[in-house]
Amino acid sequence: MSDVSTMTEDEILEAIKSEVAANRVFLYMKGTPDAPACGFSMRVVQILELVGVEYGSRNILEDPRVRMVLSQWSDWPTIPQLFVDGKLVGGCDIVTELYQDGELQQMVPSS
Amino acid sequence: MADLDEIRTMIEQALPGSTVEVQDHGGGDHLSAVVVAPQFEGMSRIDQHKAVYAAVQARIDDGQIHALALKTRTPEAP
Repeated sequence: MSDVSTMTEDEILEAIKSEVAANRVFLYMKGTPDAPACGFSMRVVQILELVGVEYGSRNILEDPRVRMVLSQWSDWPTIPQLFVDGKLVGGCDIVTELYQDGELQQMVPSS
Repeated sequence: MADLDEIRTMIEQALPGSTVEVQDHGGGDHLSAVVVAPQFEGMSRIDQHKAVYAAVQARIDDGQIHALALKTRTPEAP
């Protein structure tokens, strides 16, 4: 993923839009899939692993502006945020519920 | 400390015809709500949650609600 530390907020927004558009499944999280920094982010990572889908991710802790710009754009205050096909699906609670209902498995491409 | 009846009324007024249950999970500001509303038909889960949060935004802004966990569905769904 591109380095945001030298970007302006407008450039960060463009980077967010383009990575969400370029990846069918994209997760904004605290930490990384290998080292989640928050229990809610870890739960979504575990669910995506269980579903067996490929996904991109960005660690919002890399720069505080990422979370601010992301939440303004998505109109959703908390992290993690899972996007599928360019749309915000939800955070930990919604993703968990969709997984338990079997809906998430139908939304994402099977690999 | 949120007034659970007020929270329920705020959601019911924003979503006429809805059935709302609000519970306190300790401390009076960590709440959960089950909202069944006909308006949710055709809406994604995230938009359903946004609609409920918008109804109680004033109580989130003034700190009476710190967290509100939601379950949302339409009346038809099982």
